[in-house]
Amino acid sequence: MNESNNTHDLSANLLKLYRDNTDILARNTGETLNLYRPKALEDFMRLGVPTTKNENYKYTRIEDYLKGNYDAEFTYDPFKVNLREIFKCDIPELDTYVVLVLNGFYYNENRLSGLPEGVIICGLNEASVRYPDIFRLHYGQYADTTTDGLIALNTLFAHDGVFVYVPDGVKLERPLQVINLSFSFRDLSITRRNLIVTGEEASCSIVLCDHTLCAHSYATNSLTEIYAGKNARIDFSRMQNENSLSSQITHTFIHQEESSVVTSNTVSLHGGLIRNNFFARLNGTGCESNLYGLFLGDGNQHIGSYTLVNHAMPNCNSNQLFKGILDDNATGAFNGKIFVGKDAQKTLAYQKNSNILLSPSARMNTKPHLEIYADDVKCSHGATIGRLDSEAMFYLRSRGIGEKEARQLLMYAFADEIISKIQISLLRERIIELVDKRLRGELARCNNCDVRCG
Amino acid sequence: MLIIKDLHVAINGKEIIKGVDLEVKAGEVHAIMGPNGSGKSTLAAALAGRELFEITKGHVVYLGEDLLEMSPEDRARKGLFLGFQYPVEIPGVSLVNFMKTAVNEHRKFNGMDPISASDFLKLMREKQELVGLHTNLTNRSVNEGFSGGEKKRNEIFQMAMLGPKLAILDETDSGLDIDALKIVANGVNKLRTKDNATIIITHYQRLLDYIIPDFVHVLYKGKIVKSSGRELALELEKKGYDWIKEENK
Repeated sequence: MNESNNTHDLSANLLKLYRDNTDILARNTGETLNLYRPKALEDFMRLGVPTTKNENYKYTRIEDYLKGNYDAEFTYDPFKVNLREIFKCDIPELDTYVVLVLNGFYYNENRLSGLPEGVIICGLNEASVRYPDIFRLHYGQYADTTTDGLIALNTLFAHDGVFVYVPDGVKLERPLQVINLSFSFRDLSITRRNLIVTGEEASCSIVLCDHTLCAHSYATNSLTEIYAGKNARIDFSRMQNENSLSSQITHTFIHQEESSVVTSNTVSLHGGLIRNNFFARLNGTGCESNLYGLFLGDGNQHIGSYTLVNHAMPNCNSNQLFKGILDDNATGAFNGKIFVGKDAQKTLAYQKNSNILLSPSARMNTKPHLEIYADDVKCSHGATIGRLDSEAMFYLRSRGIGEKEARQLLMYAFADEIISKIQISLLRERIIELVDKRLRGELARCNNCDVRCG
Repeated sequence: MLIIKDLHVAINGKEIIKGVDLEVKAGEVHAIMGPNGSGKSTLAAALAGRELFEITKGHVVYLGEDLLEMSPEDRARKGLFLGFQYPVEIPGVSLVNFMKTAVNEHRKFNGMDPISASDFLKLMREKQELVGLHTNLTNRSVNEGFSGGEKKRNEIFQMAMLGPKLAILDETDSGLDIDALKIVANGVNKLRTKDNATIIITHYQRLLDYIIPDFVHVLYKGKIVKSSGRELALELEKKGYDWIKEENK
């Protein structure tokens, strides 16, 4: 009773926030973004913020994190300081295209040179105005606002983020690194919206890094739509590293056409509450879709993952592997689903969630499931929750390796299965270092970042 | 080097080792034989510090110190080595990294700097040669995908890398064909000096054709019921364990 009242108030507050800012949003953003708001409003009014009564959010108490006293910004405020001075990521820029996004706004000092012909990387809002034809074709096409109040909410407040367009036949050789920064002088709720369109025979690698740069609380709702054309290849990685006061909800919609290959790698290093939702639709034959996730939690953190891989067409492969290590009072949730439609014969679909609990009070809830309507398919799903293997521990220690180091080796070995799947070698090396530090209990922040976020 | 006095070991409250006395001096090779379930592996694991096993009574002095007070890693750093009957597969932990970490922990304990990359590679190659482990070990996880024989050779390889003072080899011969057995025995013999000692735990006599023990002990129902020279092993081979069982009814 109490919970639904709270959630009701929360939803009412969010609606008020929208009503107060409707004009500003309409004025500041492109036509297509505004086109989707009335439907999103209708859906959000119906759905509200999901409670734990919602099966998909049973173990993730979203409302606890969103009810804080957050400000919201819907007008770009060119920052007085040079972001590049504050934030220097130590992945050498020569090897990646780097763009910064501040509090959900594409930073106006982003400069990219040497992009292949026809490739567009710019702010989402800018794209909605400057490239309306491409934009209209894809924006809002994959994110279904009718299913989840938080998806509706993102669409309701969508105002900026990153837009990437790789035309047919073009290969973006260097990875694009999108650094999402949260930095302000007060607690802030942030809406981010990204759209990635990769044409036929095109390819790209994109890395999203999420950082909080100060000790304020941020409630982020981030949504990314990814379109992979026929034979396209997309490598999409996300590294989440936020402070313990912050919550981050992400939705990743992947739409795949014939013979495309999309791999998503999500490494959740730190954050108060992290909830990652993945939706993959295999809309053509011969697709390969890989969803991988690694999450590390301690303190009172919560990390939840939700997946829905929808096999709509025959002869597609999908792999899901999510691994978590939880310590202290951390909690985790995995709710994954493989859906195989009646036409999706010869489907190969795998799903696995493995977890290690390091303390007696850490909790993991996992629910892998299958829904199959075709008869000639191979699917499997499974989940494990365990502790560090005591035999392996003893084996390592019997060779003179100290207990702490032995634990470290075993935890790292557990995580390595996901890390080794990261294709971008520079990112992989960086993640190896960060995960290693994180597992040692040292603060995992970028070396060159001077801001001590907690 | 090692003095065991009236050692009792229990697992889940059930006593497995029921009063073992044994003394091992530098330069000696001891064989502990016995039928299945007599407590051989329990004794080995308890000496190496496996926490699963509870010491309910007795003392063990190793190099003048109380062994039972030491953590498993400290026992190893002080030169105690257990060759596992069932070496553990650890996917994701590279064997090279594992050995490097182990070697460096030993060096740190002895006040030495970490080994250089080139010295480490040299050491690896040399010891691999010694035990006939010709597998390419780079990019391999600890024991993962190793055949039974490779796993056992890998144990002797690790022993060679760490150069222990007291090696306890638990059923190192099980699962080995005769060629592999010779190679493993040869490795152990090459590592023998007057300063170190070896305890060989085995069910069968055949390993003792290649590693000649100074003493043979028979462990039965958690106690050493017979101790003698090498001839005891031959007698056991001839008569089988029923003879021991008869005598200790």
